[in-house]
Amino acid sequence: MRYRYFPGCTLKGQAKNMENTTLAAATALGIELVELEEWQCCGAVFPLYEDELISLLSPVRTLAAAEGEPLVSLCAACHHVLKRAQELMQRNEDARHKVTEFLEIDYKGEGRVLHFLEVLRDDLGFDKLAEMIKKPLEGRKAAAYYGCLLLRPSKVMQFDDPENPTIMEDFLQALGAEVVKSPYRTECCGAYLSVTEEGVAADTVARILDSARKAGAEMLITACPLCRYNLENCAAEDGKEPVKVYYFSELLAEAMGLQFDDLMAKAIERRRSSDVGSS
Amino acid sequence: MSAAANKTRLVEEMKAQSGQDPSQCFQCAKCSAACPVTAAMDLLPHQVIRYLQMGMEEELLKSKTPWICASCFTCAARCPRDLDLARMMEGIRLSMLRCREGNKFGPADLTPEQLEKLPQQALVSGFRKYNK
Amino acid sequence: MARTGVFVCHCGTNIAGTVDIDQSVEASRGFPGVVHAGEYRYLCSEMGQDLIKNAIEEHNLDRVVVGTCSPRMHENTFRKAAAEAGLNPYMLEVANIREHCSWVHREMDEATPKAIALLRAAAAKVALNDPLDIPELDVEKRALIIGGGIAGIQAALDIAEAGYVVDIVEREPSIGGRMAQLEKTFPTLDCSACILTPKMVEAAQHPNVNLITYSEIDEVKGFVGQFDVKIRQKARSVDSVKCTGCGICWEKCPSKAPSEFEMGMAKRKAIYVPFPQAVPNVPVIDRDNCLYFKKGRCQICAKECPPEAIDFEQQDVVIERRYGAIIVATGFDQLDPSIYGEYGYGQHPDILTGLEFERLFNASGPTGGKVVRLSDGKPPRNVVFIQCIGSRDKARGMNYCSKICCMFTAKQAILLKEKVPDARSYVFYIDVRTAGKGYEEFQRRAAEEYDVAYLRGQVGKIFPEEDHLVVHGVDSLSGKIVEIKADMVVLAAASIARCDAPEVGRKVGINSDSYHFFNEAHPKLRPVETHTAGVFIAGACQAPKDIPDTVAQASAAAVKAIGLLSKEKLQGEACTAEVIQDECSGCLNCIAVCPYTAITEVEIEERHHGGTLKRTVAQVNPSLCQGCGSCTATCRSGSINLKGFTNEQILAEVDAICL
Repeated sequence: MRYRYFPGCTLKGQAKNMENTTLAAATALGIELVELEEWQCCGAVFPLYEDELISLLSPVRTLAAAEGEPLVSLCAACHHVLKRAQELMQRNEDARHKVTEFLEIDYKGEGRVLHFLEVLRDDLGFDKLAEMIKKPLEGRKAAAYYGCLLLRPSKVMQFDDPENPTIMEDFLQALGAEVVKSPYRTECCGAYLSVTEEGVAADTVARILDSARKAGAEMLITACPLCRYNLENCAAEDGKEPVKVYYFSELLAEAMGLQFDDLMAKAIERRRSSDVGSS
Repeated sequence: MSAAANKTRLVEEMKAQSGQDPSQCFQCAKCSAACPVTAAMDLLPHQVIRYLQMGMEEELLKSKTPWICASCFTCAARCPRDLDLARMMEGIRLSMLRCREGNKFGPADLTPEQLEKLPQQALVSGFRKYNK
Repeated sequence: MARTGVFVCHCGTNIAGTVDIDQSVEASRGFPGVVHAGEYRYLCSEMGQDLIKNAIEEHNLDRVVVGTCSPRMHENTFRKAAAEAGLNPYMLEVANIREHCSWVHREMDEATPKAIALLRAAAAKVALNDPLDIPELDVEKRALIIGGGIAGIQAALDIAEAGYVVDIVEREPSIGGRMAQLEKTFPTLDCSACILTPKMVEAAQHPNVNLITYSEIDEVKGFVGQFDVKIRQKARSVDSVKCTGCGICWEKCPSKAPSEFEMGMAKRKAIYVPFPQAVPNVPVIDRDNCLYFKKGRCQICAKECPPEAIDFEQQDVVIERRYGAIIVATGFDQLDPSIYGEYGYGQHPDILTGLEFERLFNASGPTGGKVVRLSDGKPPRNVVFIQCIGSRDKARGMNYCSKICCMFTAKQAILLKEKVPDARSYVFYIDVRTAGKGYEEFQRRAAEEYDVAYLRGQVGKIFPEEDHLVVHGVDSLSGKIVEIKADMVVLAAASIARCDAPEVGRKVGINSDSYHFFNEAHPKLRPVETHTAGVFIAGACQAPKDIPDTVAQASAAAVKAIGLLSKEKLQGEACTAEVIQDECSGCLNCIAVCPYTAITEVEIEERHHGGTLKRTVAQVNPSLCQGCGSCTATCRSGSINLKGFTNEQILAEVDAICL
């Protein structure tokens, strides 16, 4: 199984561990992720006014760079922007002409745009994944935290049922964890409001963590670096039982029995080869 | 009160640029019931649409609410009228950024600690949202 | 040579406002065969009709063209007028210069030439008209009612009282329908069973009413007055004649299945009657859940049955019967709110639909009439009702208002307070709609005397926490977010068309709207008729409806059916198809397209070079033909003509417009 891979800025920065653990696990699972050459920003936010074409240049360039092969990303925000930009390219002919002419590329909205979790569910299969688990996360009470960007708008994202998603729970089940459902698993964490309106994010995060705690979760998994940042940094220290936050890929690597040393070695190896490629 | 159901420039632009027509809203307020960040808003989400219906553009541009909206799309997912309020909020923000205040927020507004700790994604999307 | 008269109507200013009447009359005088032309302000008035009648006599006219509104409006009026003046009514043609002309144009210099062209076309056509005879058809003096809910029962009783035999075909083992599931009825709070069961029994005992329960319609053929219907009576596995309804069989039956009548909240046996007052009180064996049918053993019911009424060998029986009229009264379904993930319906036992909650009040319901939480059996303190679940929702539900929810919610809140005096009800609503006699007063009583808190707004999310449900909503009037710790949540799920309504519509030959509710012939003036003559509709299969409206519509449909059955003969269609057998090539494509099975093949003998030759051709049965014209359009050799719309007439019209 071969995919083009778009990391995005955060995975080379604050969320390095999401990339490291994913790449290590992917290799073990026989999933080849070929990093796009000279990739740039995904665009960060999808423009909600259709004359904001400038914000589409970056994601459309990325989509075209996949050359029709399936394009995988890990960061929920990157995936959201890429998927919606693709849908806009398919739907709005006028915008497509303007953007592709400006970029001097030929792109008509083709190619599958996938989040890595979708690769595991749809292409590999969670049954298959479960068979390949070496160290099941037995007895670990884990809850999924989906956030917004993977799920909504569901007509475009087509990731899962936006109100009752199951993909992350099914993933955790495949890893052998004890799955706990929390009612706030699809509510917004406050997103970039943590930058400008800290109080708002503190509120949303407290609700999410409280509800996970009440449901009996020891840990939450997420696919979004910003969700993780908010969940870890915005809640008031109130002495309650802590709920740990992980990237989904960290638990995946652990359940695959990949040692920290292996991960580091593989990461360093990759870093070297990508340094060679880009310098 | 400004003239009810005024066809303001903002509303006309909103229809053209996001396909969202505030007159389709019947004020069931499900958006407000669904919104996770109402606590910090001075106008509830359904009131924002009401103001658009009433042509109260000036009042809207003074409101905090569009800047509190985090574009989580929960309102749009649950709206029985199939309206995308996140897109309307974006329209109000853009209206302000494009011809009024200019940049609302930039790197200079952040502390060194924040710059160190925040994920890149937050910085880029924050600047994208609050700057033109 | 034709002697045609042309009459142009002003229709006040409806036509005259955009069409130059004088110019049209003047132009008409020059059409071939026209010997007289005139105009009048309102031709459909008695004065107008007299004008036509007098002209026919005075000018010895043999054909008439009227330039008026659509023939759907007044064709009959003018045909009768022509007939009174001694013409065959089919010697008159209508040029529609209102809907087709004056109403769709603004400029007189555009509309006037078009009106003249339409008049010229009608004059060209009428020149080729032949007198037609209206055939007379027999009427089978028996009515069929599909659906045995309150609508079907009411219509059946009305028809039976008028002296006609009527059959009710009901899919379920008992008649009664949705009303049988209700505890009380708004706005008077009568016990539903107390007012329904007497009617059920009356239907069962009436000499003119036949109940054909546990049965469905297989096929409907024929036409008004003579519908030939196949009814499939499903194998009940119980001999209805022998069965005494003693109940030993369902007491002893060891196999259970979810009860449809109790909305799946309670179990019934594999041999069962749906509810205690079932009519007929004869059980059926649900073969999917019966141990004997599944595994070949058990037969306890047969062993225990005193009159030996159990019959495992019973087969489906197809009853073939002719009816003069059909009333469709198939009722409604309730939308499944699990499509709204945010409400958590289906994931928690204390989140119910309106109809499910209703059953909790009923003495024979799943809780024996105690209003308690299904999760722990405790009476609820706080109950949240949410309106418009799937109604007024074009994104995920139905765009229409379900009409009954505001009232049944007020009713349930009142009943709750009476059963559980400690309980408090909260109603989230968008608008309270209570148009109806005594309805507004009833809803206000709920708010004012029964302490029901009405909150204007919707609910964003419901989730369980500890032993309650957290309801996160908003009150838009105060602009406040409201969070309620609820013990139960009741969702007023939309009333929707039966899932198999499109199939029923196809079988009976009536169409439906985009929501699959059956269409009436006219939304105001023909509310119980359909576009298929002899087929009427009643109740919630036409649109969401409460009981008073349903019963009123059922009686109206019954009157229409009685009016039809009371006729000695029906007037048939004069404009029927006719095969020119000399020209027919015998391809028989017409048979395939005829929706009325009016065309058959027939062998004719022809003389050919001195000998005789046998040849297959098509033949139309004029009493079955409804004049739809499908065959004439299909016929490759142009050898089928529709009387009144012959190929020559149509071409003459086209020529008159184009040349």
